[in-house]
Amino acid sequence: MKFRRVWFLLPALLVVVALVVLAGCSSGTSGTITEGGSTTVQPLAEKLAAAFKLDNPDVEVIIGGGGSSVGVTACNDGTVDIGAISRELKADEPQLVKHLLARDGIAIVTSPGNPVTGLTKAQVRGIFGGTITNWSEIGGPNHSITVVAREEGSGTRAAFQEMVMDKPDPAVQITDKAILLPSNGSIKQTVKGDKYAIGFISMGLVDTDVKALAIDGVAATEENAKSGDYPIVRSLYFLTKEQPTGLAKDFIDYCLSSEGQAIVSDEGYISVD
Amino acid sequence: MRSRYITDRSSRVLLIVCASLSFVVLLGIAIFTLRESLPALTQIGLLDFLFGTDWRPTDDKFGILPMIVGSLSVTAGALLFAIPLGVGCAILLAEVAPHRVRQLLRPAVELLVGIPSVVYGLVGMVLVVPLIRQIGGPGFSVAAGVIVLTAMILPTIVSISEDSIRAVPKSHKEGALALGATHWQTIWRVLLPASRSGIAASIVLAMGRAVGEAMAMIMVMGNAVRIPTSPLDPARTLAGGIAVEVNYAAGLHQSALFAIAVVLFLMIIVINSIALVIMKRGSHAQNVC
Repeated sequence: MKFRRVWFLLPALLVVVALVVLAGCSSGTSGTITEGGSTTVQPLAEKLAAAFKLDNPDVEVIIGGGGSSVGVTACNDGTVDIGAISRELKADEPQLVKHLLARDGIAIVTSPGNPVTGLTKAQVRGIFGGTITNWSEIGGPNHSITVVAREEGSGTRAAFQEMVMDKPDPAVQITDKAILLPSNGSIKQTVKGDKYAIGFISMGLVDTDVKALAIDGVAATEENAKSGDYPIVRSLYFLTKEQPTGLAKDFIDYCLSSEGQAIVSDEGYISVD
Repeated sequence: MRSRYITDRSSRVLLIVCASLSFVVLLGIAIFTLRESLPALTQIGLLDFLFGTDWRPTDDKFGILPMIVGSLSVTAGALLFAIPLGVGCAILLAEVAPHRVRQLLRPAVELLVGIPSVVYGLVGMVLVVPLIRQIGGPGFSVAAGVIVLTAMILPTIVSISEDSIRAVPKSHKEGALALGATHWQTIWRVLLPASRSGIAASIVLAMGRAVGEAMAMIMVMGNAVRIPTSPLDPARTLAGGIAVEVNYAAGLHQSALFAIAVVLFLMIIVINSIALVIMKRGSHAQNVC
């Protein structure tokens, strides 16, 4: 009998727990900023948020990913306070308020073991368009090229498509033979492990694991991207639905201040101050 | 007496509520998925959607044939390896292995079911993909998917098959042995045929799991939307296709992903119904015996 009574207490207990949890959530919203979107901006935003928290220990900054398109929709419907994109807003997207956070080169990367050190933009188009399929055509070993790209909807892919594949006319689509991976990190991991793979990632993420190729004879370095010599550079933005107010404004102002922009440079992106 | 009566009644009501809740959730998911997919199905057209080979959401091209082929080929490949391995393992556990070995193996197999699929994917990405790359191609491939998926569905086949082999009445086995059959003949001619419905059900259930797997497949198959022409080619599965793009999708694209979900839903329903029919027939046959 006793046992049975305990059973009936269970649902009641669950309800109580749920209420407590919900109450806790709703009272915690003050002092929280949420940011989400581009996975290119994500690691930078995390560093900026960590630095911002040092000065504002009571403020919680939650950084999420999802991709540029998520940044736009989540910001527009209010899921996040600040959206992040690594491409321009498209004409059919809601025209939110853009805050230029940084500029970022897109590096064409291979494994460090690959002998090719530079390509022309036309060759990059050929490789990702599927017309150049063997490394021997561009001064490498006689082995087929494994093309690694981002999935549809990625801001890095959209920016790469816009800056490399669309110009000059006619626009070329990224080959359907390309391996599609869902993040900068997985592309890096794959290119690092496969001597015959080529991919594109944010220049801020290039390290010794992969080799960034010179494009049209210009090395893929931060200085060259900043001076405009390196040809594949795009803008990274924070988005807000209206002109930002309150905590969101504080955070964005901090990111755009000289202090925030110093972090931008430290992380390998191009500062905009 | 009275309090007892109340407890009895209220517990019954509670159970009914719980049971109908799960049904309502199922119905809700089905209706919602179907409703969300309608814009895509009407705008793209069912035939263009199912049999189109171009999937370029940015250009409004939504053909899922490459993903259907991807799903089917990786599932078929995994079953090809998992069925003989799984049934063999089940026979070993049920009939051949000494008690101690079984006590060790059986929990190990059951533990395999509980490993999250992302872990299978990770191991596949680090271990299997480079291995396939040595053979040729980019490594991310149908073959890598098959190997990972085989490991994932093996436990389902092993545990259900073993149970059904064990469920064969002892008299069958004793009768066969008494007639002078060897142990192997008994297994092959008596035990396996008697438990075939259970084994078949295990295979169909494993198939359901294989078709629905998304995470591990994304990590090892390369996700190229293209009909694979060799096991070394990359491919995308239906479930993987939804998971890769759902974050980015909006408008018609999102609706198209829901339409993929409907296709997947129908496939799973068909597979599970087959499993139910087989199991029902099996229990009926055993009653006749």
